[in-house]
Amino acid sequence: MATAIEVRGLVKTYGESRAVDGISFSVEEGEVFAILGPNGAGKSTTVEILEGHRDPTDGEVSVLGIDPSRGGRSFRDRIGIVLQSAGIDRELSVREVLDFYGAAYSSRRPTDELIELVELGEKADDRVGTLSGGQQRRVDLALGLVGDPELIFLDEPTTGFDPGARRRSWDLITNLRSLGRTIVLTTHYLDEAEHLADRVAVLSEGRIVAEGSPASLRSSFGSGTTISFDLPAVDGSLSDLLDPLTGEVRGRDRRIEILTSSPTSDLAHITTWAVAHDLELGSLQVASTDLEDVYLQLVGGDT
Amino acid sequence: MTRRSTPALVLLHIRAQNRLFWRVPIGAFFTLALPVIMLVLFVALFGNEPEGSVVGTITPAQFYTPALAVFSVGSATYTNIAINLSTRREEGILRRVRGTPLPPWVYMAGAVGSAVWIGVIALVVMVGLGVIAYDVNLEVAKLPAMALTFVVGSMCFAMLGIALAGVAKSASSASALANATILPMAFISNIFINLGTNPPEWLQVLGDLLPLRHFGLAFAEAMSPFSETPAILWDRLGVLLLWTAVGALLARWRFRWDPVPGANGRTTRRGRRTTA
Repeated sequence: MATAIEVRGLVKTYGESRAVDGISFSVEEGEVFAILGPNGAGKSTTVEILEGHRDPTDGEVSVLGIDPSRGGRSFRDRIGIVLQSAGIDRELSVREVLDFYGAAYSSRRPTDELIELVELGEKADDRVGTLSGGQQRRVDLALGLVGDPELIFLDEPTTGFDPGARRRSWDLITNLRSLGRTIVLTTHYLDEAEHLADRVAVLSEGRIVAEGSPASLRSSFGSGTTISFDLPAVDGSLSDLLDPLTGEVRGRDRRIEILTSSPTSDLAHITTWAVAHDLELGSLQVASTDLEDVYLQLVGGDT
Repeated sequence: MTRRSTPALVLLHIRAQNRLFWRVPIGAFFTLALPVIMLVLFVALFGNEPEGSVVGTITPAQFYTPALAVFSVGSATYTNIAINLSTRREEGILRRVRGTPLPPWVYMAGAVGSAVWIGVIALVVMVGLGVIAYDVNLEVAKLPAMALTFVVGSMCFAMLGIALAGVAKSASSASALANATILPMAFISNIFINLGTNPPEWLQVLGDLLPLRHFGLAFAEAMSPFSETPAILWDRLGVLLLWTAVGALLARWRFRWDPVPGANGRTTRRGRRTTA
């Protein structure tokens, strides 16, 4: 399979801040690739560079074999962009918008087919401004597909959707993928990435902190166990408690969390230590780690 | 289906922008109806007699018809383009356009072409009303002068409209700036008031530096009963061409397709926050 996107050492700085801080990845043709991360992680900046909307500060980017910053008309003829921040002319009807924007592409999907695809048949002649937010996002999606693109960028395609609309959009995206299109999507929903993507790159503060298939992310991070408890007031150092542990220790206030792949021996050490110091550990919990925890840990706390 | 030819795309986008214009009634009112109302009011207020009227040797209608025609062309081009482009930039529509294979200049040509077409309509309505209702002079031999003046003047103000959309950060500031420039300019450019032969010198100088007065006087010449055919004021058209060049340079330097960060809290009209 050929490579659709190749990114090497991509950096984008705004003044002092590094929005994208040296990331590398590649996307194969026909693959669904998700860039997952919290707001401000650099997802949109990365995708905007791939689309040719922004120039990188440093690094190499090749999209469909073209440098997107110099791609021009022939490049944009081959991609479809569904951009969170791109508006639609409110005073035009759904059909008019698709006709006007579609006219510039060398090959295009018929307007009626698109309207059916995004299930807006009854709204086809209504003005975009009268549609609900979710319906407008579907027009957005139809506009991204109007040029029958080889590569589709979806920027947070279901943000703000109710669960039903979200599920329908997922079905639609799965549909596109079955047509052999390459899809790059950004999302801050872990379940969305897990449901749709062949591969996921987790972005945090401009860096890729994990990359792989949803299953491999789960197995490499998610097979562990979290031991947590409230630490009682103790005199002196905790090093005799914490140092021998095999797992990774995190603390918030007096709550200690240990993410470990050897829960039995770590738990034995902790309880032995507590008994020896004649302490009771409040709210002691042992739980298997789920992917959400892994994700939150990777991106550094709350999203 | 294959891509349409470039001229067909230009026409398509002129039609699209034209449709958008008529679907926003407030813009159509200010551009087309308001100058007509002003002509009717001025003639009603000042009468339509040349002797002793506030404008001197010609009738008020002969003075106001070309002046307000030029003013409505100015608002069809300058004001509308500045407001429309900055609104569409703020809403992220221009950004969407940049993500499609449509050449940017074709989109601009659509905006300019539609504005010039609205200008034609405004001009025909105004001149038609003046000629039919108020006996304003119109000579077939001077029609080429009217057409040429219109083309040069409307292109000048269209280019200045793009430049203003480039300078303004938000749609609301574009709207304010457009009105804050064209209205005072109209007062010192023989549009709303006949300044007569002896206006204060600094007003005269300022009016001569700005484009509207030249547009107005060139168009009035083409409609005047006293001018000599072909009635083309080349020096005034020259000043308009100079301003067109200034507008083009400013537009090239300042115009951006992406929303300006911080303008209006970076919300789209659909209410979602845009991402960094």
